Formats: sequence, structure tokens, C-alpha cells
Amino acid sequence: MENTQIDTPVMQLTKDDFASDQMVKWCPGCGDHAILHAVENVFPNLGIAKEDFVVVSGIGCSSRFPYYMNTYGIHGIHGRAAALATGVKLANPKLSVWMITGDGDCMAIGGNHFIHTIRRNIDINILLFNNKIYGLTKGQYSPTTPQGSKTKTSPQGTIERPFNPGELVIGSQGNFFARALDTNPKAMTSVFMEAAKHKGTSVVEILQNCVIFFNKAHDLITSKETRDDNQLWLEHGKPLIFGKDRNKGIVLKGTRLEVVTIGENGVTEADILVHDQYEKDPGIHMMIARMMPPEYPVALGVIRSVAAPTFDQSLVDLIEHEKQTSKFKTADDLLQSSPTWTID
Amino acid sequence: MANNNNKVVELEQVVVRFAGDSGDGMQLTGSLFSDSTAFAGNDFATFPDYPAEIRAPQGTVSGVSGFQIHFGRKNVYTSGDLADVLVAMNPASLKANMRWIKPQGLIIIDSDNFNDKWLEKAGYTTDPTTDGSLSGYRVIRTPISSMTKEAVKHLNLDPKTTLKTKNMFALGMVMYMFSREPEVIYQYFEKKFAANPIVVQANKSVLAAGYNYADTMEIVGHVYKVNPAPLSKGKYRNITGNVATAWGFIAAAERAGRPLFLGSYPITPATEILQELSYHKNLGVKAFQAEDEIAGIVSAIGASYTGSLAITTTSGPGLSLKSEAIGLAVMTELPLVIVDVQRGGPSTGLPTKSEQSDLMQALFGRNGEAPVIIVAAQSPTDCFYSAYEAAKLSMEHMTPVILLTDGSLANGSEVFRIPAVADLPEIHPPIAQANDPEYKPYRRDPEKLNRKWAIPGTPGLRHRVGGLEKEDVSGNVSHDPLNHQKMTLLREEKVMRVANYLPEQKVIGPDEAELLVVSWGGTYGVMRTVVEKMQQEGYSIALAHFRHIMPLPRNTEEVLGRYKKIIVCEINNGQFVKYLKMNFPQFKYHQYNKIQGLPFLVAELQEQFEKLLNA
Ligand SMILES: Cc1ncc(C[n+]2csc(CCOP(=O)(O)OP(=O)(O)O)c2C)c(N)n1
Ligand code: SF4
Repeated sequence: MENTQIDTPVMQLTKDDFASDQMVKWCPGCGDHAILHAVENVFPNLGIAKEDFVVVSGIGCSSRFPYYMNTYGIHGIHGRAAALATGVKLANPKLSVWMITGDGDCMAIGGNHFIHTIRRNIDINILLFNNKIYGLTKGQYSPTTPQGSKTKTSPQGTIERPFNPGELVIGSQGNFFARALDTNPKAMTSVFMEAAKHKGTSVVEILQNCVIFFNKAHDLITSKETRDDNQLWLEHGKPLIFGKDRNKGIVLKGTRLEVVTIGENGVTEADILVHDQYEKDPGIHMMIARMMPPEYPVALGVIRSVAAPTFDQSLVDLIEHEKQTSKFKTADDLLQSSPTWTID
Repeated sequence: MANNNNKVVELEQVVVRFAGDSGDGMQLTGSLFSDSTAFAGNDFATFPDYPAEIRAPQGTVSGVSGFQIHFGRKNVYTSGDLADVLVAMNPASLKANMRWIKPQGLIIIDSDNFNDKWLEKAGYTTDPTTDGSLSGYRVIRTPISSMTKEAVKHLNLDPKTTLKTKNMFALGMVMYMFSREPEVIYQYFEKKFAANPIVVQANKSVLAAGYNYADTMEIVGHVYKVNPAPLSKGKYRNITGNVATAWGFIAAAERAGRPLFLGSYPITPATEILQELSYHKNLGVKAFQAEDEIAGIVSAIGASYTGSLAITTTSGPGLSLKSEAIGLAVMTELPLVIVDVQRGGPSTGLPTKSEQSDLMQALFGRNGEAPVIIVAAQSPTDCFYSAYEAAKLSMEHMTPVILLTDGSLANGSEVFRIPAVADLPEIHPPIAQANDPEYKPYRRDPEKLNRKWAIPGTPGLRHRVGGLEKEDVSGNVSHDPLNHQKMTLLREEKVMRVANYLPEQKVIGPDEAELLVVSWGGTYGVMRTVVEKMQQEGYSIALAHFRHIMPLPRNTEEVLGRYKKIIVCEINNGQFVKYLKMNFPQFKYHQYNKIQGLPFLVAELQEQFEKLLNA
């Protein structure tokens, strides 16, 4: 069951309604271009008036995004996009708020705001461009750079352990987490649609390629040669099956996930774990989000999508309740409230 | 009622100081006494003085909490230099407060606590109340603790609850001494402890016991009366600076027709503004307690972009964290009020003590050229008007405003003549109209140089703002060198032109004199008191107290030029004087600076001014 329904479009908008007249200045071949196109394809189909979109970002290559969209938009300061989006959404919960952020922006400098926004479950859509590197500052390692990678600031290879964004999101009580690839625009579009429909913080991690500073960072997952064995596309209600011959699957063995081959060792399709993106208990979702090559394929699509009260709606409800039950209707009532005394 | 046995002595003004252990409830005692002072019709000002630790070791000097109130039958602008009456609940509070009591002053002590154990904790080797060291004072030894126990024996309370009420015994005694009706306080108990009738009963009994004790023992020999102050007609209340600040914003939002959004993170002494605004969801206030000060201000910027009157509240260390975001608000030319309730610094400094040392940070503490309007509140009640004005200036001129208050204003309280919101100045934010064909994000009003506020959700005004430099008018991202120079100058000029909308700098006293005293912000009360006093004594002296710091009032230079000597007085190491020197280097400035986490005293200021006048 989906947790919300989007109205059918009130007016027919097209991609052109959202294309900005500004020159897009990302490097040719950067994965950001594909993400921009996918967003331009999604916005006209959400049934939301064009003046009700606000695109918010921090700082980084990806965070230039608002300038390239013809919506309301605000480009903030490094790491603080989540706080900016929070203010926009709380000030006017009717707006459709999209936050654009990079792996450095939201998991290094902005880590604190990122986890707290998720914890509060503010109804915004976060598109996390994960190129596993700092692009705008030209190639320093980020909190998602694989251990051992040689970058400008780790000439001998990083000695840090990277974050897995999905783990961080679910660990912060996130209710919506999905993964997409810049190389698969169709799937990306449908994941964005699902994120838009979700009420609450939705985080979509997009594995995005920085052609300049970490080209092929996601090659194991996206290249023709290896992708079949390393991509697992999730579908709600369907078993976790992958591989070129679609004969590999994931089973739950004890407290661990395991990769098996259907037809070997007596494994049948019925043994394969069936994906339930609406399961409230985060346990299995956490395990699915953590899957990484070489042991596992990477789970793509919607990993978790659970309905829960949102902070913005709860605040609206609280204010409504207080307004109704209070005898204060205006600032004068407040100023005049007892104890007061009169001199005449 | 009392006063039958005793003769009544009328006084012009009195300073009472309550002091006890931080667990003794001295702040409550003081504020209840203030309430009764208000009902007695006196003008007053208060000064709470409490330690940074919530419960420092019991009985030690570091754990002493004090509350001073100055009230009178004339207008009162300060919490007073030295106390006429000191209530000391234990030896430590006596020790800590000896320097705040007038010669011949009255000291009421809880004699139950002046035993070896507590004397030793306070660092006394002998009992000062019996060893003659208090011979210059009148000391009333009262067994407050044991009489409190006696007063509530019939209620069978546990010993802890019993002792918690002993502050009410002391309050009862002082209430009696100043001919106050305990009724006001009884009403407070009934409201506050409505769910717990036995606590109401206990507090009432103890207060009454203290009151009657003072009566029957004729402890002072007479009671005092301070007649009502000649306050102008109107409805009044008692208000602290922090509450007044919060209410000023509520009034401004209503008057401007904009929703109020606060993004904030707790920090002493600003927290109470966040708390107060959190209460007022009933008036539609969206108070958001963020994960840190950066999220506080940045969420406010998001709300401002979205059309709210957005504010953030903090103290010095939090203002440091907000610097980068203030720059964003400058660049996006969005309204935003940043309240800085100054405390002693640097770093964590003296968190519960007041200082005026964030002025430089407010003026210059940002990267790039990032001018903002700065308004400094001058009294607890002025916090209301300053907050209102800061909101008005910020919205009408589309630029951030830093509102400087300080710890003594924040916690200090005063009599507040309640204004009608309709009588406050109108506020007209420059909201862009839907589908305005002329709209461009950075097109400016020719007079104010502000841009228009185009609110998300409005058809036809979609636009992008952000921290990158913007092209004049179009608002497109621009790295053009000449455009950057132009925009930098425009942002500066926009703030300077605010002076055209500010009142001229006023002077208390003659237009020309030997000495001009210059001060700003929270020291107004004491400055005014000392200057008026010296004027009455015949000195050639005037006061220019600044409320508008950036921009300065248009006539500032002219005012400074009219006096033979200038002295600038600040609770810091000379920040405003440096700013004046920078702007008006032609004048010679003397300065008086106090950096002790303590307010100015009338006496010390007068001494300085006399010295300068006689030099
Ligand atoms: C306060 C602050 N610190 C540092 C920077 C410099 N900076 C800009 S972008 C960036 C990292 C961006 O990396 P990421 O978020 O991964 O985005 P990408 O450029 O890869 O899209 C850094 C360190 C800044 N702008 N502000
Ligand atoms: S530096 Fe990398 S992330 Fe940035 S635009 Fe170029 S390719 Fe894209």
C-alpha cells in the first residue's frame, strides 16, 4: 500500500516549464546533467502548481542545481541545505520542497543537520548526489570515499572508513530511502516520483559520476561488464533476484543476508527474500541498504518507504489546536494578559 | 492588617537584595516581591545575579544566588548601587554580598544556618553576626528555618518540601516591613500550584508566619512605606527584557501581516526568548528549536525566503556560529532579525554575567563586506520596542538586523506601560505582487535601495537567490568584477540610508556643556540616573545614549562636536569608542570601561565624571 496519493495534474505542465534560461556549467559528461533532466521530467507530472516548487541546496557542484531550474530556489551555505529546507517547509508546508546536496555537503559539514532533519521527518525530498569526492573544491576525499582511495588530500590512500548513506539514513530513523544511478534515467525518474509521493523526509542517493575528479567511482556497479552481478533492482512484493541469468538471489539466513544461486544446493525461487518496502521494522531494510560488492550486489530502487507523522504537519496541528483552545487571539490579548494594574 | 503596632516611616526609594543558596529560591522570592512592588504602585528595576552552575555546592560562596530590586516614588532607572536591606539565608550569601550593602544597612539573617558547619563552608572562622564585624549595620537574627518548620508542622510535609518554603518566611518579613499586602502573593500560589493544594497551603502559612513574626516581634521598630510613583495613566505590567523581546516580535509580525518564525538553539541568557515564543503557538508563532545555532539561523533564512518575519536568538558564542549565515542573509537581501543577548566573553566566558562586548562582532564579524543594521535595546521595556523596530527595519529595508540586548536587560525587569498594538508604527514590507511583469529579483526601490520580497507560492515570480554574487537587477549569478563592486556599494548604501528613517540622536541635558557622556545599549538606566543627578547638583553635563549603532543617527557628528569633553562609558574594553574614533577621528574621547561582569554603579560613574570635569 502506498502511503499517499498525488492528485492528478491540475494543469498540464511540461519539462519546458521548469527549464531555466541559465547556462548549465557542469563539466561535460558529469552525472549531474542526467539528474537535472530527470527532475525536469518529474516536476510536471506531480500535479503541483509550478509556483509551489522550491529547490534548496548547500554548496558543491551539485548544489548549483537551483540556478538551473525555473522554480523558486535558494542556494545556501555549505552543509546547511537541510536547515534551509526545514525553514522553507515549516514556514509554508504547502510547498513542495526539494533539497539538492552532495556527499560532502550533507554528510561532512552538514552531517548534523542531515540526521536531525531525517529524525524529525520533515516532508522534504532530499536528492543526495554521491560522487564519493569533493567536486567543487577539486578532488579531496569525502565521507563516502572508499577506504584506500588516493585523492588530492589522501595521496597515500584514505585511512578513513566511509559512510554508507543508506545506513546513516535508516539509522537516523529515516522512513524513505532509495538509490538510483545517473546512468539509468528511467529508473531514476520513477524513484523520484515515489520520493515525491512519500510524506516525510525522503532521501534518494544517486550514484553520480564525477568525470573529472573520481571518474568511474561507481564503475563496478554501472559498467556493462560487471553491472548485472552488482545491481539488484528492488520492487515491492517481488523477490530479491539479480544476475545476468536472473538466477541469483538474496536469502535471510539467521541474522544475515546471503547470496544464493537458484537451482543450486536445493535453493528455489520460493526461498528468496521478498521485498517489503513498507515494513516498519528497519532491520531488513538496514541489511539491504548495507549490501555492497564484492560480497553482495548493490540494492537499487526504493529500499524503505514507511508512513509516519511528519514534523511539519504535527506543528500545523499543534498551532491549530492552540489557536482554537486559547483565549489569546491577538498580540493585544497577550500584552493585556494578567497580572496587570491600571493607573488612572 | 499589620502596621498597628509600628510607626510608619516614608521613604523616597529603597534597594532590597535577597541572597541565598542557589537552591533557596531567591529568584522567585525576588520576583514575587517585584510583583507586590508593582501592585504598590512604585516604579522599579530589578537585577538578578546568579551563578553559572545550576546547583553549586550548597553553602559555598560560588553557589550564592541574588536578586536586587530598587523601587521608589520617583521614576527608577537602575537596579540600584547598594542595598538598604539584605536578606542573607546563610553565611555564604552574607559573605558574597557584604560589598553590596549600604553602611548602616539592615541585614536579616537566618540564624539557624549560622552554625559551625555552614560558617566553615562559607570560609568564616568566626560568626560575623556575633563577633562584632557587622557593627556598622543593623542585624536581625531570625531563626527562619526552624520557624518555617513550626509553621507547616500541621501539614505533615516531608522535611525537604518544608525547607523549600523558608524563602517565603523571609519574603513575609520583608513584605511586612514595607507595608505590603500578601494577597497578591497568595493569588500567585493558588494559580501556580493549583494542582497541589497542600503546597499552596504550605507557602501561604509560611509567608503569613514570616509576616506575623515581623509584626509581633516589632523587629524593626517601624515599618516603611514608599508611596506610589507618579506614573502616567494607563495599564501596566511587570516585564523582563527577554519576554519583552519576544512580545515585540509577536506584535511586529501581526502588524506587518507576516507569520512569525523563530529558529533558535538554547543559550544563556537568551534561552527565555525561545521559551516564551514556544508558548505562543496560540498566536501562530512557529518556534523551532534547531539542532544548533547554525540550523537555527539558516532555518530562519529559509522561512524568510518563504515570507515569514524570521528571527533567531542567541548569545555571543552562538552569534559566532551564525556569522556565515548572516552573510547569506546579507547577500540574498532577505529580512532577518538576529538577537544577541550579550554575556561576558570571550568563548564561554562568564555565561551568567552581562557585558557589552559583542559590538565588534556584530559590526564586523563576517567574511566579505557584509553590513547589517544594528539596534541596541536600552532597558527591559525597551526590548519590546527595539524588537519591534528591528523587525520593521529588517522587513522594510530587506536586510538583516542584529538586535543587541544583554544579560542584565534580559533578566532584569521593569514596569511596562502596555501599548496598544494599533498605536505602534505601521510596518510595510515590500511584497512583490503576483505576475508583476516588472519584477526582477534585484531591482531596487530608488529611495531605500531595497529589493522586493517575492514569496514562493506566488504565481509569476519564480526566482533564485543564494550566496553567490548576483548581477544587479537580474539577480543572475555573476562573477563580473565591476558588478561585484557595484553590488558591494549598493548593499552598504542600503544600510546607510536607513539613517534617513531613524530619529536624530537626542541628548539628555543641555545642548552645550563641559562634558558629554556617551553610552549605548543596556547601560541607559544607570547613565541617565547619574547624569540627571549631577545636573541637579549643578554640573555642566549631558548624556547621549545610543540606541542606533549601525547606521548611526545622522546628527551624531554634530552632537559630538557641541561639547568640550567627551567620555564614552561601556561594559567592555572600549568597542563603541573605537567605532566612534573610526567614524569621527577629529574628536578626543575619554573612556570608562568596566569588565567585571557587573553593572555600572552610580557612585563610580559620578566619581569618574567629577574627576574629568575638575581636570
Ligand atoms: C564553510 C565552507 N567550507 C568549505 C567550503 C568549500 N567547499 C565547497 S564545496 C565543498 C565540497 C563539496 O563536495 P560535495 O558536497 O561532495 O559536492 P560536489 O561538489 O561533489 O557536488 C567544499 C569543501 C565552503 N564553500 N564553505
Ligand atoms: S567537477 Fe565533477 S561533480 Fe563537478 S561538475 Fe565536474 S564532473 Fe561534475
